[in-house]
Amino acid sequence: MSAAAPTPPVPPAASALPANPDPLLNQPITPALVKQHGLLPDEYAVIERTLGRTPTLTELGIFSVMWSEHCSYKNTRVLLKGFPTEKKGPTEKFGKVLVKAGEENAGIIDVGDGWAIAFKIESHNHPSAIEPFEGAATGVGGIIRDIFTMGARPVLLTNSLRFGELDSPATKRLLRGVVSGIAHYGNCVGVPTVAGDIYFDRSYEGNPLVNALCLGTLRHDQIRRGAAKGVGNPVYYVGAATGRDGLGGAAFASKELSAESKADRPAVQKGDPFMEKLLIEACLEMMAVPGLVVGIQDMGAAGLTCSTCETASRGGAGIEIELDRVPQRETGMNSYEIMLSESQERMLVIVQRGREREIEAIFAKWDLHASHVGEVTATGRMVVRQHGILVADIPAPALTDEAPLYRREGREAPAMAALRAWTPAQLPDLDARGAQAALPRLLGHPTIASKRWIYRQYDHMVQHGTVVLPGSDAGVVRLRLGDRDRFIAISNDCNGRYCFLNPHRGALIAMVECLRNLACAGARALAMTDNLNFGNPYKPENFFQLQECVRGLAEACRHFDLPVVGGNVSLYNESPEGAIDPTPTVSVVGLIEEERHITRQFVTAADQRLILFGGAPTELGGSQFLGLVHGLKMGDAPAVDLGAELQLQNLLLAEIAAGHVAAAHDLSEGGLLVAVSEMLFGPERSFGATISLQGLGAPRLDALLYGESQGRALVAVRPGDAAAVLAAAAKGGVPAQVIGQVTDEPILAAETSALALRWAVAELRRGWETTIEEAMRRPGLST
Amino acid sequence: MNVAVLQFPGSNCDQDAFHLFASGLRVPTRYLWHKETALGAPDLVVVPGGFSYGDYLRCGAIARFSPVMAAVKEFAGAGGLVLGICNGFQILCEAGLLPGALIRNTSLEYRCQTCELKVEASTATFNPAAIGAAVRLPIGHGEGNYRIDEAGRARLEANRQVLLRYVDNPNGSLAAIAGVRSEQGNVFGMMPHPDRAFERFHPSQDGLAVARSVLATRFPELLRQAG
Repeated sequence: MSAAAPTPPVPPAASALPANPDPLLNQPITPALVKQHGLLPDEYAVIERTLGRTPTLTELGIFSVMWSEHCSYKNTRVLLKGFPTEKKGPTEKFGKVLVKAGEENAGIIDVGDGWAIAFKIESHNHPSAIEPFEGAATGVGGIIRDIFTMGARPVLLTNSLRFGELDSPATKRLLRGVVSGIAHYGNCVGVPTVAGDIYFDRSYEGNPLVNALCLGTLRHDQIRRGAAKGVGNPVYYVGAATGRDGLGGAAFASKELSAESKADRPAVQKGDPFMEKLLIEACLEMMAVPGLVVGIQDMGAAGLTCSTCETASRGGAGIEIELDRVPQRETGMNSYEIMLSESQERMLVIVQRGREREIEAIFAKWDLHASHVGEVTATGRMVVRQHGILVADIPAPALTDEAPLYRREGREAPAMAALRAWTPAQLPDLDARGAQAALPRLLGHPTIASKRWIYRQYDHMVQHGTVVLPGSDAGVVRLRLGDRDRFIAISNDCNGRYCFLNPHRGALIAMVECLRNLACAGARALAMTDNLNFGNPYKPENFFQLQECVRGLAEACRHFDLPVVGGNVSLYNESPEGAIDPTPTVSVVGLIEEERHITRQFVTAADQRLILFGGAPTELGGSQFLGLVHGLKMGDAPAVDLGAELQLQNLLLAEIAAGHVAAAHDLSEGGLLVAVSEMLFGPERSFGATISLQGLGAPRLDALLYGESQGRALVAVRPGDAAAVLAAAAKGGVPAQVIGQVTDEPILAAETSALALRWAVAELRRGWETTIEEAMRRPGLST
Repeated sequence: MNVAVLQFPGSNCDQDAFHLFASGLRVPTRYLWHKETALGAPDLVVVPGGFSYGDYLRCGAIARFSPVMAAVKEFAGAGGLVLGICNGFQILCEAGLLPGALIRNTSLEYRCQTCELKVEASTATFNPAAIGAAVRLPIGHGEGNYRIDEAGRARLEANRQVLLRYVDNPNGSLAAIAGVRSEQGNVFGMMPHPDRAFERFHPSQDGLAVARSVLATRFPELLRQAG
């Protein structure tokens, strides 16, 4: 464990910057002050060496936010290098990576005919824990800016949420706040929220996860970079004025939550989606003018600080700004506050010299600030003045590329091996009553239950391109690319329970489940973005989980030839109860080649045959069943066979293309019977099904009915197509059996060699549909 | 024939309304920026959905002061056709071009879902015979709860000014009213989105019939063409 930052030769002792008339800014830099800024003594020593003098308070603040985990990835950058960032297979038609992960605010993938998509996921966990509404809202705002700063028009949002168990009042308050915050921002800004995933588990109590994804479309020639180039080019500040909100938010996100965290509330930003909407339109209008914009970057984490030093560093240039020209919404703000503010809805734009009037006219049309705050220089330094007085003068690369890098120590917690070695051998198998009772219980658990209460609060239809509405395996959206329609599917996944028990496998499962979801929708995966949510990396057991999960994701990406286009790392996700379950949220975007391939999870007619791909589920470890019925989070995560997963995906895609598949749904949380039930709960009506599992030869009934073995999917096919589908499966090396058929009568009947079970679908559906609504009902209000 | 879709700061269904007419009905359609003071002789002005000026005050309360609205009022006063969808409906109510007001949903939550609606016999072109007795249209709003005083309600019903009613009232609207027209029959407003119900993959294509019936107020031949 050592600082890997290069140590430049100590320059001759230079005098400090001129004294600042503001006594607050002139206070001596003490070890206590350094610690308060989250910097280690070693790191502070590097700062002094780099500057050749004592930093000013403003400079200390600048270093502290830029070297926070949130901005520098100092504890994870080494690991992230293992991700593939390019596609190996053919990319003539689509799939080529045009902007790679880490190069810019978001990666960009070619989707053919001169068009591309930009997408990325980002977390806003800590702000949402403290102030759920604003925390979640500004999370959405931030990720949207990451996308349009690339030149892309935002066309869809998704989110991935984790909360404690829904029976706790604290969880209800957080869920209500987060959902309404996401709705408030996304609905107003006019970008549809088309998909999401959510889990409720005690490990997230007090530290919810709020990960938001945005995807945008653009032509190749519209791609914009966040680089400051061309000495003398003017630097513009556009958008909202700067206030004292969100001071040091990036640093706040880089420590553990505690009872005192509420005092950090000023570190939570306040969002203005209307301002963001104007900013999107004005920026896209500006970027459409050829040659006007040299570089552009949003002011997200670490605000003006991050946008100036990162653009300078990427452009191999310097930037000089005068803070008096920064629009301010409060009086008397000092340079420390202005540089560290995380006020929302602001962008930094480097404009071609001589064309200042053009940008000013566009922003005047939208009634937005466009303030000329500085210039690009040749010095490679970030130079900041306020009232003409020099307050910061730092080599830009010292803040970015040369930020400290660590390889922390990873060691698995000793108790884990025993947990994993647990097998259900000592557990009595299900009897008829138990088997009967488990299905409604599972369907009524908030993790599995319908998420209608959530997604009906999100505008999921604006922009009129949503094809598959929320509630199916993957969201499907029509992209209008010039004169041509393209259909994409998107899915998020991660089961933290699996990652807790076996981080490497858990990460593999997050990937393969995402890909199965896409295949079930008829989509071939294009690229992925990930959000790594973990605990404090300084604790070896947490770092172990992180490195194992990253290894799993990288392995799966290489196996499926899936480039990573970017993502986000959120560490220190701990409450006084301990770290969250490791949660490497994965989101994959896939392309649907023809509109007729779009497939939903709902059966569409009686008599359709249900075919199970992948064979009988046999594992119980880490399952929802085990947690809900036996109160255990034990056993190993289900096994993953990447080769078999690929065969399954190929089979699903081929049979969908052949027109044989009326509905497809993957088996995941809750297992086989939950998956069958979900296929019967159609948006227009419910169906029934008669299932026979006698031929499957499963050692344990509980694992067969409710286990979560991977590599399984169900398809519904017309009776006449069943033989062809079974033959294709045999040829493709995928075990397949007809396990039943769809009935008009809404009864789910399942027979095993030992038992005959029957449920009224209406009752199953009622429990599944109303769990979250009932939990969130407010007395005296109609729904 | 030409349709003008207004754009206020914060309009976000402007593209949706544009494509309903341009791609769905194949009518020449253009955008009109809110700072314009002349409409350029459109046959229909569409006030689209969104969050004009962020709707931080009452919905539509600021948009009614936009320069273009003076021209829209004049246009409507002269019998010009105006259609307000969602936030557009709210703006037309605030501008006094339509009766009533829209307040927060009784659930206090935003609702995005597809609704069954009963089509009322309102005008010679907007009625069950032209559109069908029932339609399915998406809604997406937090403030769609239609309110009007008793006298106003009586006038609405007497003049057959109600266009659409919810079958399952999603927002607490008085008498399940989802859309109304002006007494003169040239200004239409509705919370449901015909502009989200016209593509083959939408939950329905009923938005086409609804939009066509509004346009047919001025161009009755549209209904004959549609059969």
